[in-house]
Amino acid sequence: MSRANSASILDSRIVLPAVGSAFTKLNPRTLAKNPVMFVVATVSALTSVLFLRDLVTGSDDLGFSFQINLWLWFTVLFANFAEAVAEGRGKAQADSLRKARTETQAKLLSNANGTDYRQVPGTSLKVGDVVLVEAGDIIPSDGEVIEGVASVNEAAITGESAPVIRESGGDRSAVTGGTQVLSDWIRVRITAAAGSTFIDRMISLVEGAERQKTPNEIALNILLAGMTLIFVLATATIPSFAFYAGGSIPIIVLVALFVTLIPTTIGALLSAIGIAGMDRLVRFNVLAMSGRAVEAAGDVDTLLLDKTGTITLGNRQATEFRPAKGVTEQELADAAQLASLADETPEGRSIVVLAKEKYAIRARDMQNLHATFVPFTAQTRMSGVDLDGSSIRKGAVDAVLKYVRLGHVAGGASASEGSIKEVEAIASDIARVGGTPLAVARDGKLLGVIYLKDIVKGGIRERFTELRKMGIRTVMITGDNPMTAAAIAAEAGVDDFLAQATPENKLQLIREEQAKGKLVAMCGDGTNDAPALAQADVGVAMNTGTVAAREAGNMVDLDSDPTKLIEIVEIGKQLLMTRGALTTFSIANDIAKYFAIIPAMFLSLYPELGVLNIMGLSNPQSAILSAIIFNALIIIALIPLSLRGVKYRAVGAGALLSRNLLIYGLGGIIVPFIGIKAIDVVITALGLA
Amino acid sequence: MTLNGWLQILVFCGILIILVKPLGAYMTRVFSGERTFLSPVLAPVERGLYTLAGTNEREEQHWTAYAFALLMFNLAGFLMLYGILRFQYVLPFNPAGMSAVGPDLSFNTAISFVANTNWQSYGGESTMSYFSQMVGLAVQNFVSSATGMAIAIGLIRAFARASGKSIGNFWVDMTRATLYILLPICIVLTLVYVYLGVPQTFGAYVRATTLEGAQQTIALGPVASQLAIKMLGTNGGGFFNANSAHPFENPDSISNMLQMLSIFAIGAAFTNVFGRMVGNQRQGWAILSAMGILFIIGVAVVYWAEASGNPIMHSLGLQGANMEGKEVRFGIVMSSLFAVITTAASCGAVNAMHGSFTALGGLIPLINMQLGEVIVGGVGAGFYGIILFIIIAIFVAGLMVGRTPEYLGKKIEAKEMKMAVLAILCLPLAMLGFTAIATVLPSAVSSIGTAGPHGFSEILYAYTSAAANNGSAFGGLSANTPWFNTTLGLGMLMGRFLVIVPALAIAGSLIGKKRVPTSAGTFPTDSGLFVGLLVGTILIVGGLTFLPSLALGPVVEHLVMIAGQTF
Repeated sequence: MSRANSASILDSRIVLPAVGSAFTKLNPRTLAKNPVMFVVATVSALTSVLFLRDLVTGSDDLGFSFQINLWLWFTVLFANFAEAVAEGRGKAQADSLRKARTETQAKLLSNANGTDYRQVPGTSLKVGDVVLVEAGDIIPSDGEVIEGVASVNEAAITGESAPVIRESGGDRSAVTGGTQVLSDWIRVRITAAAGSTFIDRMISLVEGAERQKTPNEIALNILLAGMTLIFVLATATIPSFAFYAGGSIPIIVLVALFVTLIPTTIGALLSAIGIAGMDRLVRFNVLAMSGRAVEAAGDVDTLLLDKTGTITLGNRQATEFRPAKGVTEQELADAAQLASLADETPEGRSIVVLAKEKYAIRARDMQNLHATFVPFTAQTRMSGVDLDGSSIRKGAVDAVLKYVRLGHVAGGASASEGSIKEVEAIASDIARVGGTPLAVARDGKLLGVIYLKDIVKGGIRERFTELRKMGIRTVMITGDNPMTAAAIAAEAGVDDFLAQATPENKLQLIREEQAKGKLVAMCGDGTNDAPALAQADVGVAMNTGTVAAREAGNMVDLDSDPTKLIEIVEIGKQLLMTRGALTTFSIANDIAKYFAIIPAMFLSLYPELGVLNIMGLSNPQSAILSAIIFNALIIIALIPLSLRGVKYRAVGAGALLSRNLLIYGLGGIIVPFIGIKAIDVVITALGLA
Repeated sequence: MTLNGWLQILVFCGILIILVKPLGAYMTRVFSGERTFLSPVLAPVERGLYTLAGTNEREEQHWTAYAFALLMFNLAGFLMLYGILRFQYVLPFNPAGMSAVGPDLSFNTAISFVANTNWQSYGGESTMSYFSQMVGLAVQNFVSSATGMAIAIGLIRAFARASGKSIGNFWVDMTRATLYILLPICIVLTLVYVYLGVPQTFGAYVRATTLEGAQQTIALGPVASQLAIKMLGTNGGGFFNANSAHPFENPDSISNMLQMLSIFAIGAAFTNVFGRMVGNQRQGWAILSAMGILFIIGVAVVYWAEASGNPIMHSLGLQGANMEGKEVRFGIVMSSLFAVITTAASCGAVNAMHGSFTALGGLIPLINMQLGEVIVGGVGAGFYGIILFIIIAIFVAGLMVGRTPEYLGKKIEAKEMKMAVLAILCLPLAMLGFTAIATVLPSAVSSIGTAGPHGFSEILYAYTSAAANNGSAFGGLSANTPWFNTTLGLGMLMGRFLVIVPALAIAGSLIGKKRVPTSAGTFPTDSGLFVGLLVGTILIVGGLTFLPSLALGPVVEHLVMIAGQTF
């Protein structure tokens, strides 16, 4: 999650190679991918030939046309440079990633529980192998922690040097090859074969060599090509007009006018913006399988968010024991704790803790009690413990009620209808406020209900308010019953919820939204989620999730943090906004350029047109030169912005547009007037024109 | 400028705005095939026409079929009109005994009327028989406007319908436009014009003896009926050479006001039709507001320039406004207003000579046309023209709010962009391209009436007027030469059909797209911000291309005039 290092945009390790590739990118086949810059290169070549001719035949103003030629080429080179810098940031990352991939040695365990290992090269590992990774070791390949806890430095992929904790069981069990264990040890089961690890995919992605243009980029390129053609017409007709007026305009001046008018700024920075957008996601630990997915993220109308882990803290916690009539709280707490002693789920642990803290019931040792643990199964939906002659069960209220009604336990008293009604009433009270009730029974007698509370994450409500302002509807997905879901939905401030979600109705919901013309984003981790992930326009699979889920989605989140869906949407929007803002800026620049060049160009035909020289540029040559220099330098000046992206604010579309129009539209009109004038002052002072 | 002058402009705008809603409501019903108060009379006629032609009115067309029908219909119209002009000497209703119209002039005129341009390289009363005027030209005046309306309706359906494949039936749209909209209004207007003193007769020209004893031929004819459709259909082709400056074609201030209102009425109402069909009238008002802003700026500049007059004349002691080329009965205000209206719409009728305006007064009509006549614009044509600019404005702005650009829930993608750019590109191509050739061609340059920048403006204006399908002339240019007749004809063809086909292609592409529901993240296109954005886009994308040509024409003429030089 490092966005810190985006400050070092113009790192010398990136800039120096980029200068080199700015020249290699002059290859016409590379240039042809960018229509605007290809045109600039073509006319630059033309004027260079004319310049050489003049050099031989001799002509006035060689110095002037030399400078124009120089800046024309600079325009092309600066554009190449911008692209090279954007690619360079990816390349630098790819290089360090590659290093991590090749140099690892793995400690392959001969059996998963043993401690014997032999050293093998990291690339020889197969899926299913179990390796030991100790402090200082590099994790050889992608895998899942099956035992142990360790702090891991994932800087190799994320650039974030603060270590993260990886542990067995839970949300943080996935480790990535190439990252380094800093302390303690872990056993890792390998989940990816050599060549298809996360790092391999990341390398091919960040290098971006085969980057495909996204739909929006294609449309924008058409607009830019069209505007270029329009200005071909505008400038190519001038010689005739000048002839009519009894004069002529030098070709170099026409070329200068043409190049300054066509949208070179956005043309130069367009691919850099696209590459940087993907790069931002990568830095955010999200791997997008295509640029199209990133763009779609900006368009998302509906976000499907899993309740657990996204909206609420992953674990529900026991907060209260509510006994049935005739049972004391102490008695209920005691039974609940016994039933949960062997329950390793966070809910189970929280019951033990609550009983200890609130009722001072110390945890007892299972061994001494001669207790046998009855684990949770999907059929019984209960867990519990069998002690000497007594059995305690806790579980979903309906499951426990069914259990006591049937009088499962021999010799146990059957629960009375009265206590069943009472427990049902308590349970529905808890559900109504968004809690999860767990019923507890001992020997067929209902003792009461444990109140498990979902803890809504701090600040999440504000995030949803922001999303609403962005025009995005949030839908909470939960397995809870509608009553519980409604209560949590209200507390968290989501727009809608899907209760008792199943893979089928999740898929159904996505299809319904899409039928209304909406774009849907969701994240998921289970195999169950795969169909929905595939159906969603933006499907973010958690890195900790199953392979099926990862393949169905079009993005993978390395941190397995579902909240990130929100940031992904913002990055998508930022990408589109940056393109729009620089296009506006580029087009708005034309006004000032006209005011610089037109009076200069036509002054010999009609001296009266000097009135249009509102910037007071010192002479015609300096005016033309200043315009073309400004046109080239603005590309360099905007590289940081195009790499960083225009800041996205969660306000309505209208407010966002007026802000951007003010900055990039009005700014685009004013800035070149100031810039061209300043350059004119400088080059006049230097005696260049 | 006077308060009285501005009040007159205000009265015009006020009446126009009042007309927008009722006319828009009526037109919406017509194009939706709903019952109107004229249905009892016209529905049987309409059904009869379909039966005769074998058209199934319920059968809709894919955009390609729609475009093909439209092109074939226009081709047939061209051939028929060309034939009538060539053979008018054998055809009836020719009391003045007009001879056949020459081949290049017939070519130019036929294209001109089919393309709703009405560029006239001829003088009506000295060239055309009554038959040519009524059966040839007037028929095209009706159907070329109906064609424009059909395209606009096809495009509106693309936004209005949630999804689909077909954009409507060209034959039905065209028939309804003519039968329910153009014809009834024209009948009423004709009667009013006759009441105001406009002639309507099949009688021969009248020979009169003047007070001085000289013989004078007074041209007459079925003027009122021609006049009604000429204005309402934004055609602009005058019955007389002097067009609406002629006292028989525009007798007084009432007829003048009626004519100006007729030019804008349908075009302005189209924004309301759009709003109604997409289910939010504010969308239509937003478009009309953008048009209104550009219009008022234009009116203010022309009125100011004409009222200020010419400093060279002032220095000679001739104070006052520039009355050269203007009718005294209309004066500065009504002439300025008329000039802006006729060029903002693709009408091209004139009540004053634009070439005699001051340089800046002449600049605005030129710009109006160069922007593609999207300020209200031609009947239907203005609407689909502004949609092209909206697509470009929305694309850039839509990106800036961080979404794939969409207008009224329809996504603007590569295909729409390609077509919009293609359509916008053809205007500078025809306007600047032909001007560039003509200005270096000695035979073409010899046609101009005045040397220097004004002469340049004459040529630029001619090609601009042709490509924009306006039809008004700057005066001074002798355009009835094979070169001008042919190239202006080509310019008119390009300006009309190279815009129509992409516009229909956009309709065809958009209609198949699912409508994205609006949310807070959608850029509101009925807001003031949108209006400002649209105005900016029209001026920058549409206008910047022409800056060099304008600098060498009217702008330099103005600067030179201030310096005291004339040509």
